[in-house]
Amino acid sequence: MKTHALALGTMLAVAGLSTPAGAQASATQPAAHDKPHLLDQSVYFHGIFNQLEGRFGETSSFRWSGESWVGTDENKIWLRTEGRVEGGQVDDGIQELFYARSISTYFNALVGARYDLDSQPGRGWGAIGIEGLAPQFFRVGVTGYVSGDGHLGAKLEGSYDFLFTQRLILQPQFEMNFYTKDDPTRGIGAGLSELDVGLRLRYEITRQFAPYIGVTYLGKFGNTANYVLQSGGNPNEVRFVTGVRAWF
Amino acid sequence: MVTRRQFVQGLTASAALAGMPLGAALAGGAPQVLTGTDFKLELAPMPVNITGRPRTATAINGTIPGPILRWREGDTVTLAVTNRLPFTSSIHWHGIRLPTGMDGVPGLSFKGIAAGETFTYRFRVPQSGTYWYHAHGPEEQTGVYGSIVIDPKGGFAQRFDRDYVVVLSDWSDETPTQIISNLKFQSDYYNYGRRTVGTFVDDTKREGLGPTVSDRLLWGNMRMAPTDILDVTGATYTYLLNGAPPAANWTALFKPGERVRLRFIDAGTMSIFDIRIPGLPMTVIQTDGNDIIPVTADEFRIGPGETYDVIVEPRDARAYTIFVQSQDRSGFARGTLAPRAGMAAEIPPMDPRPLRTMADMGMQHGPGGHGSASTSATGNDPHAGNGGAAQSAPDPHAGHAMPGSGPAAMTGSIAVVGMTPEQAAARLSGNVAVDNIAMAPMNRLGEAGGGLDGNGRRVLRYTDLRRPIPANDPRPPTKEIIVHLTGNMERFMWSIDGIKFSQAAPIVLQRNERVRFTIINDTMMDHPMHLHGVWSELENGQGEHRPYKHTILVKPGERLSYLVTADEPGRWAFHCHLLYHMELGMMREVRIL
Repeated sequence: MKTHALALGTMLAVAGLSTPAGAQASATQPAAHDKPHLLDQSVYFHGIFNQLEGRFGETSSFRWSGESWVGTDENKIWLRTEGRVEGGQVDDGIQELFYARSISTYFNALVGARYDLDSQPGRGWGAIGIEGLAPQFFRVGVTGYVSGDGHLGAKLEGSYDFLFTQRLILQPQFEMNFYTKDDPTRGIGAGLSELDVGLRLRYEITRQFAPYIGVTYLGKFGNTANYVLQSGGNPNEVRFVTGVRAWF
Repeated sequence: MVTRRQFVQGLTASAALAGMPLGAALAGGAPQVLTGTDFKLELAPMPVNITGRPRTATAINGTIPGPILRWREGDTVTLAVTNRLPFTSSIHWHGIRLPTGMDGVPGLSFKGIAAGETFTYRFRVPQSGTYWYHAHGPEEQTGVYGSIVIDPKGGFAQRFDRDYVVVLSDWSDETPTQIISNLKFQSDYYNYGRRTVGTFVDDTKREGLGPTVSDRLLWGNMRMAPTDILDVTGATYTYLLNGAPPAANWTALFKPGERVRLRFIDAGTMSIFDIRIPGLPMTVIQTDGNDIIPVTADEFRIGPGETYDVIVEPRDARAYTIFVQSQDRSGFARGTLAPRAGMAAEIPPMDPRPLRTMADMGMQHGPGGHGSASTSATGNDPHAGNGGAAQSAPDPHAGHAMPGSGPAAMTGSIAVVGMTPEQAAARLSGNVAVDNIAMAPMNRLGEAGGGLDGNGRRVLRYTDLRRPIPANDPRPPTKEIIVHLTGNMERFMWSIDGIKFSQAAPIVLQRNERVRFTIINDTMMDHPMHLHGVWSELENGQGEHRPYKHTILVKPGERLSYLVTADEPGRWAFHCHLLYHMELGMMREVRIL
């Protein structure tokens, strides 16, 4: 993407980077402190929808899960968004904004905030996490949350790309959400509240655009399951999905 | 079998590149060759259509490659370069020994040539041979490159009847920033040769289930892909020979029995090439502009920045294909030698796609090592039973490793600056920019390179290069500088000693100092390292007849060294000539006081 100047000021402020030496000598000969301006501190901007899909079963829903970042190799602003739309209601609407820092060869640390923005009452959280590439090419992420009223939460994610061919790729994926306290107004119980597992077979027409089909299992547990049952829902739903994985 | 996207072989004719035989022009004196001592070059946008899609290239004097500049050794040349591009650009004279202010690296040699301005280069030409010129920035990818032929004052060392320049390059319809950005998000974006369920089944049939599984686990544990050969591939590149895509079939003419000199230049941005002319052995007579004792070879590898001159003697009145595969076999450039225009010979199939091995990771292999990884390689194991002597030869400089951790330590009469593998491992482990340290880097000068060793052809090796005359400077080095080539493939980061150019201090040399550069390649890619301003005398076992080069292709997991006489003061670039590796930080300033 056209990257260079994008949000550079913000990034530098956040990261505490110094601006590259830009002063040019007046003569043709550069001053001794001048350097070539390479692209090694460039800012890049990307976004991906890993899931943008319709889920079809006893009931139908629409699910999105995506992330976007802007920044350098070392410092990024990182946005994550996910949610489900069902019967005109949005739930599991977890919106997160982080400062991300590369902390090792394969992992980034994330510090920021989460807001549960959907059809339920909103909740604000402080968030801290880590994400990256584990051995054997498992992409993993874990994030911990703390809310102002003393609730704690955690999100655990993982996925793996299994190549049938160069373009036909099977991706097992899971997301688990944990909470320390019941939050009845949002229908959340303490403990493992939710497990979202998917198996998606995508075809990369281009790297950036890959339609897929798959199956998902959405399980609610503990008091979360009770809240679902009380409202007449099914805490264990297996659905057929079709959607698009797309990035820019 | 690996499925892969068919690379685009290009249009047979296009507005800018109508199969114009530029090399033939050199022989026939057509206008694309500029001679004399005064030259005018103009960099400007130019519409092109190489793949069927119209794009804007950046051309020199309206051609890609730019004109052939024919100089004479000893002349003083004046080159007025006008920049009609909408950004600051420049021309760097690759391999030419000249004053630092004439070297054309914006920010080091001078400020660069601002849009609309003209800069006049003027310098004496102290050497002869085949060289080239190019912009020192991303616009090199889109066409700012051309060749230089310098006639020797004392006459040619070899007799030949025809003289053709063969400029190899790579064209993408994507812009350089798009390519880099894609790789930043997905570093194997252009790799359509990745391992799949299919290659797992094939390997299991050949090697058995256990070795195949353990091989996959070994690579998976490192989070590395052995299929990672070139970062940018035929998935986006159309490979060009003198600006012509394969379908346009650039052709050079000969009469049977003539001696034909071909001056190969790798002006590719990200492409290492393997060159052969089936049916025609090549006599290699020069590399990087310097004569070598002639060597006969069926094939040779060339990295971006390097040049090789060969002589061929076609005896039959038939066509011969100049076949130029990319190192990862994702595509090829192609031309033809023929007694008359319009002829074509068979285009051979591409060789099997090479795979990286544990040796490429700089790890011990052989008995007790991770031999299973290299023997279960798909297709061909490039190192099986080949080059073993070279691999196991002790590195002559290993003993110079300093015990301390300070910036310099004295061992005997030589000051050593830099990190041993152990020190690099201690300091760079977990570094964001570094995904591997070669703990047992090897002397690999006797190997032809991944995908070439053991292919049944006579392939040129660096150990074959022997200069006819002894080295100009007999002094032993007084300083050794150890340079680690480092990277993080997953993040697509490239650096030296784990530090990107923008954060690095210069390497400072004293005037006329004699220095040994020891390069340790910690990455699993080949890197053509180019040092501006001074010669790099490759310590390849030829003693005082070691070859003089300006660009040295360093294999993965390799440790090699070259000697430098710091006889030209100034600020010089030292970098990997894979353009995006350089742009992303695999570069240093070498400052000669």
